Amino acid sequence: MTTDHRLTAEALSLGYGDRTVIEGLDLEVPPGRVTAIVGANACGKSTLLRSMSRLLAPRTGHVLLDGKEVHRMPAKQLARTMGLLPQSPIAPEGITVSDLVGRGRHPHQGIFTRWSAADDAAVADALDATDTAGLADRPVDELSGGQRQRVWIAMALAQQTELLLLDEPTTFLDVSHQVEVLDLLTDLNRRRGTTIVMVLHDLNLAARYADHLVALAGGRVHAAGDPTAVLTEDVVRTVFGLDSRVIPDPVSGKPLMLPIGRHHAIAPAGA
Amino acid sequence: MSAVIAAGEGTPPAEARDDSPSLSTAQAVARSRRLRHRRAGIVIAVLSALILVVFAVSLMVGKTFYPPADVVTVMFGGDVPGATFTVGRLRLPRASLAVLAGLCFGLGGVTFQTMLRNPLASPDIIGISSGASAAAAFAIVTLSLGSTAVSAFAIVAGLVVAILIYALSYRSGVAGTRLILIGIGMAAMLNSITAYVLSQAAQWDLQEAERWLTGSLNGTSWSQVVPVVVALAVLTPVLLGQSRNLGTTQLGDDTASALGVRVDRTRLIAIVTAVGLIAFATAACGPIAFVAFLAGPIASRLVGPGTPLLVPAGLVGALLVLVADFVGQFAFGTRYPVGVITGVLGAPYLIYLIIRSNRRGGSL
Repeated sequence: MTTDHRLTAEALSLGYGDRTVIEGLDLEVPPGRVTAIVGANACGKSTLLRSMSRLLAPRTGHVLLDGKEVHRMPAKQLARTMGLLPQSPIAPEGITVSDLVGRGRHPHQGIFTRWSAADDAAVADALDATDTAGLADRPVDELSGGQRQRVWIAMALAQQTELLLLDEPTTFLDVSHQVEVLDLLTDLNRRRGTTIVMVLHDLNLAARYADHLVALAGGRVHAAGDPTAVLTEDVVRTVFGLDSRVIPDPVSGKPLMLPIGRHHAIAPAGA
Repeated sequence: MSAVIAAGEGTPPAEARDDSPSLSTAQAVARSRRLRHRRAGIVIAVLSALILVVFAVSLMVGKTFYPPADVVTVMFGGDVPGATFTVGRLRLPRASLAVLAGLCFGLGGVTFQTMLRNPLASPDIIGISSGASAAAAFAIVTLSLGSTAVSAFAIVAGLVVAILIYALSYRSGVAGTRLILIGIGMAAMLNSITAYVLSQAAQWDLQEAERWLTGSLNGTSWSQVVPVVVALAVLTPVLLGQSRNLGTTQLGDDTASALGVRVDRTRLIAIVTAVGLIAFATAACGPIAFVAFLAGPIASRLVGPGTPLLVPAGLVGALLVLVADFVGQFAFGTRYPVGVITGVLGAPYLIYLIIRSNRRGGSL
């Protein structure tokens, strides 16, 4: 099952109050692929993701899903096509894992419709896919950070959307759990064809896990495309203001960025 | 946990795997959901039964005891000397208002607590009940208006206070703690307005003061009951219609929006209906202390986490007011208004909540 939902941004400008964060940005999300958005702090990565998922209205420009403006689409209809996992979702006190994952069924239910067998099946499927079925009856607030993140991803999966946006899904996780979450997202993409768009702060993990890497700078897309083409020493200098070496990652073959600071460099910068 | 890491290359795709583990997960999911529902169902049934029992007892028991047969006769319009007046005109409207106002306070309280994700954000703590009460006291004591106009005054005041608290605590987003602190200040100010209104009244009487400051069911007549019935009949279905949306907003505004909830619209409907319920009940019997505040947390303990709380909280509210009024009338030598009893119950819980939130590091 491959999706061909096309998510694009055209001449998009976004901001809060007097501050403009994104200005005249164009972006195309390749369907059925994993896209990672990277950029310096406060460059508007999360703002862009919020706007793509209808949480923030554009000042000018459009966010289009299959040619239709997402800000004009009926809320539930959009939520059946595109899911979002925000940076810090809130788990109600004491809620169990299966109950929380079940909340992902919201867009598939009407005000008075009863819970159906299809809902149970979707929840079970999401629990199995994230390997959280064994935690189903545990309260979410008792879980470790890595487990909790997998439960939230399970909730987004239960929503059964063909597009899934994630805002820094690996924040607050140690490195093994970061890899675990990114592997899980890759599984989803490979097995179900789910289009994934995620904001990541770790450039090297982004380059390794993304099929399509988007680097933001100055409120626009500075470079986008295959990670090998995007993650270069020049791009790192422009986007992060940092000197670096980029070498092939001996593990994945993807580019690996090594920052050059003022200390601990064997050869002079740029050698 | 390691299963996920291993899942990358070696495992066959999900479709190819044996279906049985997924099936059993689905069964487990369905079972735990049914268990949650059954618990909520039992709680609702037990609370309803208790309300019926206490309601019946409070019709029978008083200075004079009337057997169930007499009470039933009176309720169906029959004539029993003595009971027709005592039960039909005094006890029945009083117990009815206790149930109805309790429902209003419970529903309104838990709506605010759910929406602002904080048990302290109940309308009787953040000044909405006090606003409705001050307006009702002013309308009745100073302007001598009738019950419809009084309810209108109360609901307008409740909404104005809600808007004021919201506006005053707004600083690029509303923080729960700031809203609660401003609300507590607002409540204190409005209570002093009520006290001032009462002290300026031509015939100042203790009964009125009790009613508008702590809530009282003394001297309830049918004319006070009717507006509350209407309010419940109109507003409850609207509120219940938002129940699922309201539950989803507990995951945070962004998550709820991503799940297709129109958060601002849900919040607006919830605020207007909850303020309406609180204001109508307050216009009838005053701001019965802490019922709105207590009903939600008690209901939550009873049904367990994650379960929709509106109906159980409404029932807990009704039961609280009924029992507290009965206790206030008969448990002590003197008759205390219902608000004194609920106040004694609520204050320790308020203190407990504040201590607990301080231990957790200062944030409410």
